[in-house]
This record gives sequence, C-alpha cells and structure tokens, in this order.
Amino acid sequence: MRNLMFVLTALAVIGLAVWAYRENYRTQHAIKETERLQQEIGVARSRLAMLRAEWAYLNRPDRLRDLTELNFDRLQLLPLRPDQFGKVDQVSYPPLPKLDLSEIVDVSSQPGEGP
Amino acid sequence: MIRTPLRPLAHILKARDTGENPDVIERENIRLRHEEMRDRARNRAEGRLLVMSVAFLAGFILVGLRMGTLAFSEAEEPRASAAGSRIVAQRADIVDRRGHILATNLETHSLYAQPQQMIDKERVARELVKVFPDLDEARLVRDFTGKRKFLWVRKQISPEQKQAVHDIGDPGLLFGPREMRLYPNGRLAAHVLGGASFGKEDVRAAELIGVAGVEKYFDEALRDPANGGKALSLSLDLTVQAAAERVLHGGMKLMNAKGAASILMDVHTGEILSLVSLPDFDPNDRPRPPVKGNPSDSPLFNRAVQGLYELGSTFKIFTAAQAMDLGLAAPTTMIKTAGPLRWGKFKIRDFHDYGAELSLTKVIVKSSNIGTARLAQEIGAERQQGFLRDLGFFEPTPLEMIEARGARPLLPPNWSELSAMTISYGHGLSSSPLHLAAGYAAIANGGRRVVPTLLKRDRPQQGARIMTEASARAAQQMLRLVVTEGTASFGEVPGYAVAGKTGTADKPKEQGGGYHEDKVIATFAAMFPAHDPRYVLVVTLDEPVETSGPEPRRTAGWTAVPVAAEMIGRVAPLLGMRPGVEPASMAGITLTSN
Repeated sequence: MRNLMFVLTALAVIGLAVWAYRENYRTQHAIKETERLQQEIGVARSRLAMLRAEWAYLNRPDRLRDLTELNFDRLQLLPLRPDQFGKVDQVSYPPLPKLDLSEIVDVSSQPGEGP
Repeated sequence: MIRTPLRPLAHILKARDTGENPDVIERENIRLRHEEMRDRARNRAEGRLLVMSVAFLAGFILVGLRMGTLAFSEAEEPRASAAGSRIVAQRADIVDRRGHILATNLETHSLYAQPQQMIDKERVARELVKVFPDLDEARLVRDFTGKRKFLWVRKQISPEQKQAVHDIGDPGLLFGPREMRLYPNGRLAAHVLGGASFGKEDVRAAELIGVAGVEKYFDEALRDPANGGKALSLSLDLTVQAAAERVLHGGMKLMNAKGAASILMDVHTGEILSLVSLPDFDPNDRPRPPVKGNPSDSPLFNRAVQGLYELGSTFKIFTAAQAMDLGLAAPTTMIKTAGPLRWGKFKIRDFHDYGAELSLTKVIVKSSNIGTARLAQEIGAERQQGFLRDLGFFEPTPLEMIEARGARPLLPPNWSELSAMTISYGHGLSSSPLHLAAGYAAIANGGRRVVPTLLKRDRPQQGARIMTEASARAAQQMLRLVVTEGTASFGEVPGYAVAGKTGTADKPKEQGGGYHEDKVIATFAAMFPAHDPRYVLVVTLDEPVETSGPEPRRTAGWTAVPVAAEMIGRVAPLLGMRPGVEPASMAGITLTSN
C-alpha cells in the first residue's frame, strides 16, 4: 500500500513536470506571438499616421484651391456663396408615374340596392 | 532512552534502612527529570528559531536580489499586456473641430557621423556635399579628421536623402530615428498653432517641445503618455479659417495695409472659429524672433491676441449699452452734441458737426464723440470702470495660447473724468481685438459674459449677467442701424443682417508725444444675424489706405467694413447658415422688461 502511494506520487510529480514544461513553452510561444503582433501593430500605426499626414497634406486648402483654379474649365468650382442656398421645392424631381385611368370599373354600390 | 523510575526500589530501601525520608529521593528525581525536559525543549526551540531565521534570511536575500536586478537592469514594457502598443507618437495630434489634422508627427531620420569608423573621410565629405549642397566641404573634412568622435550632420533628413546617404556606403555615417512635427496645412492658423522644436537630443530619439501658441500652452498635456495619444480638439474650423485668411489677405493687399487681424467667435459658447493675423509665417519653418526693431512688425507677432490698440469708436456701444442698462437714457433720449465739448484745456470734436442734439440711437449711428462723452460724464468713471471690468477689459484674455497672458490691456493710470470721456469713444484704453470680440459677444448673446476659448465646447457658457437682456437687444438694434443707415453701409450682406460698429483710431507715435496724422487702425466689430446674433466678427486693419477716390480714405467704413462684409459672405455659408429674411422691426416699439 505504501509503495503504491510512493509510485503514484512519483507519477503525479512526473505528470505535473511534463505539464509545467509544456505550459512554459506554450507561454513563451504566446509571448513571442504577442510581441510580433505588437510590432506589426506598431508598424501599421506608424504607417497609418504617415498616411493620415499625407492625406492632410494633400487636402490642404491651398492645394485644393490651386487645383480648382487649374481645373476650372472642367469642374467650374467656385467658393460657396449665400445665393447658392435653395429650397426643397426648387428641386425638379422626376414626375410621378401617372395612374392608368383608361378602364374604370365602378365598384361603388348605391345605398339601399342590396338584398 | 532508559527512563529512570522516580522511586527506584533499591534507593528507597536503602534510605528506609538509614532512616532517611524516601520522598527526598523522589523529589530529587523529579527535579532531574524536569531539568532534562527543559533542556530538550530549549534545544528544539533553538532549532526551530534557526530554521525560521534561515527561511527569513533566504526570503530577504531573494527580495534584495530582485530589487537589485530591477534597479540595475533596463526597464522593459510588460510583454504580455496589449496596452504598450497604444502610444506610437510621443506628441499628440492637434485637430480642428471637425477632426481635420492641424498638427501631427512624422517619422524621419537624423544623420550623424562617427569619424573614427570612417574609411575614406575626404570622399565622404565630398559625397555629402553632393547630397546636401549647403554643407561646407572643407569644414566637414576638418571635423572628420580632427579629434571629434561624434558630430551631427543633419537633424532631419527625408527618405530620399537617407537613400542617397546610404549609397555613399561608409560605416561612419549613421542614422537615428527622429520624430518631427508636421503642420500639413502650412501657414494656416500659424499663430494659433505656434510651432515646435527639439528639446533634449539623443542619437536614438529627441524630445519634441512646443515653443509658442497652443503647442506651448498644452505642451504638458500633448506630451503626457497618460493621454494615450488622444488628439487635442480645437474650436477652429479649417475651412472657415482658410476662407477668412484668404479674404483678409486680399483685403489687406487691396487696402494697402501693413497688417491685419480678424476673429470670428461663437457668441454663446465663446469658441473661436477662426483667428487670423497677417503677415503670417510657416510653422514648419518657424522664423527666429527678431532681435532688433519693433517686435510687432515681425510675422510672429499675433495682432489679434497680442496687439494692443486703441480701438476707437467701436467702444461707443459699450457706453450706450451701459447708459441704457443704468436707465440714464433710452434709445430715443436726446443728447446734446453741440461742439466742441471742453473739459479743461481739452476739446472733444466730432468728425462732422451733428447739430445741437441727437437721439442716443443717432449718436451711435453717426458715431458722435461728443454725445458718448456726455453720456460717460453721466455714467461716471467709477461705474464705467466696473462695466468694462465685467466685460474683461482689465485682464489678459484667458485664451489657451501662451501669448494671450502677456496681452494685458493698457489702462490710464489715473481714471479721471476726462479719461472716462475719452475711453467712452475708445481712446485712452488699449486692448487687443480679442478683448473687443469678447465684449461684443456679451452684447450679442443678450448680456452675459463670454470667455473666448480655443477648445471645442458642446454647450453655451452661462457667464455672469453684465447687462439686462433688454438693453443688450436695444444695443443690437442700434448696431444694426449703423449698418443700414450709418457709417458701415458697406457692411450689408444680403440675407445675413449684419450689425456692427466701425472704429478708426489714429496710431500713437512709437516714441510717444501725440498721434500720427495719416496712420490709423481701422476696426469693424460686427455680429450677425442681427435679430438673433450667433457670431461676432472683428476685423482690424493696420494702416489701411483706400485710394480709389480722389483723395486717400482711411476711415474704417471705407477699409475694414468691405473686407468684413466679404468675409461674412464667404464664411457664413460655410458655417451652415442659410440667408434669411430679417424680421421687420416694429416701428417705435422697443423691447423692454420691468
């Protein structure tokens, strides 16, 4: 009985050691993975910051103004003026499709005609 | 262990034989046994103490070693947490109210040299000059061949330049990462943003510190890693600012002015939507402050915030509003305007002669100095001071720019009755255009104090009440009449019902002693739309001359007002205001409240 206990304990220790060993390696692997991902995120973020800066630089008001002046023939863009505001009823919407009224069937019934 | 009996029979019998008391033997044995037990217990306790002390010692050694390693080793980010990747830039972005970027960071490289690692020093110097034409080849050779072990070649280089230096292929030329502050919009809002430069420099990194404007005011917050790189949202609107700069620049050139400033402010929230000062500069390449000459001639000088000017007749509405608020006058009260008004040796004149008397409304519409001076006499210096203090004319504006703190209005040292009379029409008190905008905003929003701010707000300020709503409304109607039938007739913008007051003040001579004859500061302070003011616009031109007529015209009505009108016409649609029909004013009825 006692010997069995010793054997079982030894087996348990070996099992735990194997488990701890494997967990250790899995943890190290996960840490390496997060490090790689963080590096990737960092690169992506710096790229994003660079792209944002470039976007802002390309959209700077001076450049847009020059571009509208250069392309005035095609685009004919002018600064927004107060007289460009309109009302909804000034918009010419496409006309509503007309109802077909050629074959009219009278379905109304005179009161009192029923059975 | 052999246990000795307490009453060994042999000893007892022997003692009985000799007639001794056998109990003595028992007691002696008990004593010996107790001594033995005591020694054993002590030994065991000492042993336990030893084990304990060894355990504690081991614990302390462990803690000590850990502290030692923590103290001596390089700090490192906790690897398993994801928080470390949040911060990429060491300085947060600055964005406008709609999220457009006004300032951001860009990763570049610095170039440095370690001459002892160089192979062919003359060639390196020759090739470097090809890449950077402004370097001096002889000096580079001297530096490389001398005793120096380290020198900066360039603080910032572009990717193309980096590649070119790479192609030189010398191991003595090294690159370090460097963040640089970029203002993608160039000169736009240069005075507000200020600029940034490098603080402490190292091969691996360099500190970016704000040197002026918002960058310096919020330096700590922008650099604080605890903010997690959250962008700073300003109240400025990029498109409005660009349009205002464009119009003001054109106006400045057209009116031959040497400088100009404009401020557009929301009257309820106090947000500054655009703040322009011309001439301006490029914050990406901020010029050095001038060492000689008048600092106010430098492009770095912010005329809207730092410039202290006597703003002239624009102050008259404050006098009129206070007189109405105190119940001294109503818009229809007649005021004597026969001139000149004498006070001791001093005479107050009007631009034209306006006859014997005018109603208060007409005094403002015609801009009569004599009329406002008489009102100021009735108000008195004491009450006038209190009113102007409430409007913020005694303190620097609390705007979130480092320059605003220095702009303390210049007040007369002794506020006599004469000072009160001249200040009532804007002479004798110098303040910045921003102070004026804040004062007009208080009238425009119905009589509450507004503090100008550069940060985005989402609700109106509930400032202290300065005047009653009725007197503020009456003052707004007077300002509207100035545009429809008074000195600011060029200020009419169809659909936006502009109300405002012109001001033309002679510039004082720099050395003191009187005023220039032909140099003026022309100001137009406006609010729109007049029936429910939402924005205040102040336009100031420095030394404008309008030369389309037979003789040069310098009054604000001919110079600042057309520029302001053009600006309102451009900016108001961008603010999403549709032109509307002004509600007809009820003839002869003014809103009052008891």
